[in-house]
Amino acid sequence: MCLAVPGKILDIYEVNGLLMGKIDFGGVIREACLTYVPEAKVGDYTIIHVGFALNLIDEKEAMETLSLLDEIYKQDLNE
Amino acid sequence: MKYISEYRDSHRVQAVIDEITRTVRQPWVIMEICGGQTHSILKYGLEQLLPKELELVHGPGCPVCVTSLEMIDKALAIAAQPDVIFTSYGDMLRVPGSDGDLFTVRASGADIRVVYSSLDAVKIAQENPEKQVVFFAIGFETTAPANAMCVIHAQKLGLNNFSLLISHVRVPPAMHVILGSPNNRVQGFLAAGHVCTVMGYWEYGPIAQKYKVPIVVTGFEPLDILQGTLFVVKQLEKGSYDVENAYARVVSYEGNQPAQKIISQVFEDCDQKWRGIGNIPMSGWQLKHEFKNYDAADRFHVQKIKPTESPLCIAGQILQGLNKPFECPAFANQCTPEHPLGATMVSSEGACAAYYRYGRSI
Repeated sequence: MCLAVPGKILDIYEVNGLLMGKIDFGGVIREACLTYVPEAKVGDYTIIHVGFALNLIDEKEAMETLSLLDEIYKQDLNE
Repeated sequence: MKYISEYRDSHRVQAVIDEITRTVRQPWVIMEICGGQTHSILKYGLEQLLPKELELVHGPGCPVCVTSLEMIDKALAIAAQPDVIFTSYGDMLRVPGSDGDLFTVRASGADIRVVYSSLDAVKIAQENPEKQVVFFAIGFETTAPANAMCVIHAQKLGLNNFSLLISHVRVPPAMHVILGSPNNRVQGFLAAGHVCTVMGYWEYGPIAQKYKVPIVVTGFEPLDILQGTLFVVKQLEKGSYDVENAYARVVSYEGNQPAQKIISQVFEDCDQKWRGIGNIPMSGWQLKHEFKNYDAADRFHVQKIKPTESPLCIAGQILQGLNKPFECPAFANQCTPEHPLGATMVSSEGACAAYYRYGRSI
């Protein structure tokens, strides 16, 4: 149940006082509530669980992790 | 798909496994808290790729599995009442109660609907003013922001035909139970990434220090799980027991502040029964007094529930990492996903269902 899926925000709008958005999950578009990520902008990536955005994905942190893992990969190739 | 494919890259996966193999010197037992992580581990065969010194045991982080039998029986009783539309996340419909499951009740004519989000349940209440709409609000901290928001939203809309049957559980009290058990084998934790997305990881420092276990916030893709495992193994070999974050693209130390604010506005701590484990003090959330009129357990006065659990099921042992599913005599014969004896065989995140689905019978 704690499955949460990354998606790209395509549109942001309000319904009955709730901040909502259209989210693209690799081609499948669904609506989700963005109330907990008020700073969200169109084009941001977010992580969605039971129809709610739990947070935005931090691109800088993602790049740092991948470069750390790539360091391990390079080191692995040299061994 | 961005933020998925790069975390399934086989070259990177192999490199991290090699790094873990180079690091590990002695046997260690590591628990992944979350059932979603259990499924990833078995789906991608990660436990078979890791060095034999490492044993991964599977934690209680499957809300469907730990929702108490008593609560399932209450759900069955409420759903069976006339003029009720009972709404639930899909996973809950096949969880066995003492006498049948929600599918059985639906087959008898009850109006039971699967919803994708708690807000869908609110919408059903808006569209059916002549019916009582009940939402089965189960889950860990991950689901709490959605469940809290539907109460606020229903209040804002002035709905008086909407209520929640609530069974909320929290991770840190369960970790205390596991680590405090005299039979505990767990020496390090992969903390549940999406629970921490909401709550942050400030609660885990005292646990790591008290029990001297490293705790690493970990995501769900294969590379995330291996990175979390590598961080834990490095700490175990070094003898340190800190809290680290291996899922920084999504999780911050503080967590999601607006979500925590709404959770604390709507819910308060309470004792909670966990299926197979028993009562854990202050391990759940219930509605605060000012929202009590949204409590379905009060509204429908469901009492005199006397739950009876299958005597064969050892789900409680499995949820605490004390046994593996294949060690249960009922596994894959009396108990299958089609005819589950316990919730761990039902849920897509249950350890028994994962072992069954991915063929880990020995």
